[in-house]
Amino acid sequence: MPVLELQNISKHFGAIHAVSDVSFSLEAGEVVGLMGDNGAGKSTLVKMIAGNFRPSHGSMRLDGAELVMHRPVDARRHGIEIVHQDLALCDNLTAAANVYLGRELRRGFGPFSVLDYAAMYRRAAQIFAELKSETRPRDLVKQMSGGQRQAVAIARTRLSDPKIVLMDEPTAAISVRQVAEVLNLIRRLRDHGIAVALISHRMPDVFTVADRVIVMRRGRKVADKRIADSSPEEVTGLITGAIETA
Amino acid sequence: MTPAETPDHRTRSSDEARSPMTDSTNSLDQSIAQKQHTRLAALLSSQTFWVFIAVILACLYLSFATDSFATSKNLYNITRNVTFVAIIALGMTIVIISGGIDLSVGSVLCLCSMVLAVTMHAGYSIEIGIAAAIGTALVVGAFNGILIAYLGFPPFVVTLGMLSVARSLAMVASNNTVVFEFGPDHDKLLALGGGAWLFGIANPVLYMLVLAALTGFVLRWTRFGRHVFAIGGNEQAAILTGVPVRPIKVAVYMISALSAGIAGIVQTGWLGAVTTNIGAGMELQVIAAAVIGGADLAGGVGTALGALVGAALIEVIRNSLGLLGINAFWQGTFIGGAIILAVLFDRIRNIRRRD
Repeated sequence: MPVLELQNISKHFGAIHAVSDVSFSLEAGEVVGLMGDNGAGKSTLVKMIAGNFRPSHGSMRLDGAELVMHRPVDARRHGIEIVHQDLALCDNLTAAANVYLGRELRRGFGPFSVLDYAAMYRRAAQIFAELKSETRPRDLVKQMSGGQRQAVAIARTRLSDPKIVLMDEPTAAISVRQVAEVLNLIRRLRDHGIAVALISHRMPDVFTVADRVIVMRRGRKVADKRIADSSPEEVTGLITGAIETA
Repeated sequence: MTPAETPDHRTRSSDEARSPMTDSTNSLDQSIAQKQHTRLAALLSSQTFWVFIAVILACLYLSFATDSFATSKNLYNITRNVTFVAIIALGMTIVIISGGIDLSVGSVLCLCSMVLAVTMHAGYSIEIGIAAAIGTALVVGAFNGILIAYLGFPPFVVTLGMLSVARSLAMVASNNTVVFEFGPDHDKLLALGGGAWLFGIANPVLYMLVLAALTGFVLRWTRFGRHVFAIGGNEQAAILTGVPVRPIKVAVYMISALSAGIAGIVQTGWLGAVTTNIGAGMELQVIAAAVIGGADLAGGVGTALGALVGAALIEVIRNSLGLLGINAFWQGTFIGGAIILAVLFDRIRNIRRRD
């Protein structure tokens, strides 16, 4: 059974049809590349799965159950974690503080509870070790490289035990060496049985790490193929419209 | 050369006492304990520390250069004068950390003092007077905060408007008169602000220290404090990670107004009279104190201790100019110079770090 199933999802903003009648599913332990040109509807689709937008039509199912979300927090509660394109990091805080942002651990009772620094440092260090990242919990994000920042953003998704991780352009703004680092991080998420949706412009990244590729054009899904059955040339053609569907 | 290149490899002593561990646990503990800066390096790179040194040096110099500085009367005056700016600077520091600004504090101080004075003058007890003043502060702060957080007004505009409104309301409340009779609890109010309950330390100083400790605690140890830093660092990130940004912003402006209200109550007790021009121009001194103490107007950086140290430097400058016989017209130049100098050091450090 798929973890996430989208059935005939559409999203309209007034007269603009951002996403029209899209259906697809994500399986556990699978990396799916979601590709398309600017304005193809990728971001809108992701924002619906992330709980930012509600679909105009269609339904989403999580583990077979109807999924209705009103706020981004709902997505997190259902085990959907998002790594945002700009990573949503606070430069002025430490790695551990960023990992725990919005769900800080506390000790004590009620109004007298204080931040549990020790526990947060310990758990963050464990996650970084798990991800084989050299990031240390007390490091300030301000002084980190692009790859390290990415590791912090990905570490966030490991706090809960998510079913799905959506990654929005995780390799857009980092160096070649760091790209390899991030792709490894994605593989580790997959190895934990998590379904990863990778939204990317970079053909090599998708073909290196993904099992399946979904191509969007003008709000519609034009292809949904196993990577082994496709090629970068075909996907490029599908994105630009040189090839109608596949 | 930079502190980051000399990492601190200490592990905690409890680990050394335990039986030998596997390599992985060991390195995990090291990773947890590892800091980018040693304590000393962190101290030396803090603006608050250097401003503190400047305050100490200025005090030492003045003790030798003048006969009147190191007298208990003058020190009593200085510490007490510092407090009103410092108490509000604590609230302002929280606002600045959140990436905002509050220009209305001087007027809010005046309004709250006047509400207290008029209420007590009308024959009500000191408790009711203080409750009315605090209530006024909270309403003003909530008004500022709601406009900023929920309606998206720029903080500068809202609080600039409130600067004008609050002072005007103080004039309406008092019919622009001086109030110096505070009804049946007159003496209690004067004792509250003018007394010295503990070891001859002026009461306002005690209030300031308690409030500073409270602010420092909130900033470092509470989720609220953490979220204030996060909002100032990257508001969008705070929203995306589920931080309740809007309620926190409202709370921040309520705290700022509250600090102005508390300063107003204490100052009323100390002065024994309220006019409608008290606190005029104070917002600039308060912001200066916060910035000199290390708060960054771009948001995300600031400390409670910095607010006190910044306020202290401003007061020492003011006091020393008088004692050294320098024309009072120079005061603004020196305080303005201190603001620019304090931030200049920070800029130089940043530029050096970038290279």
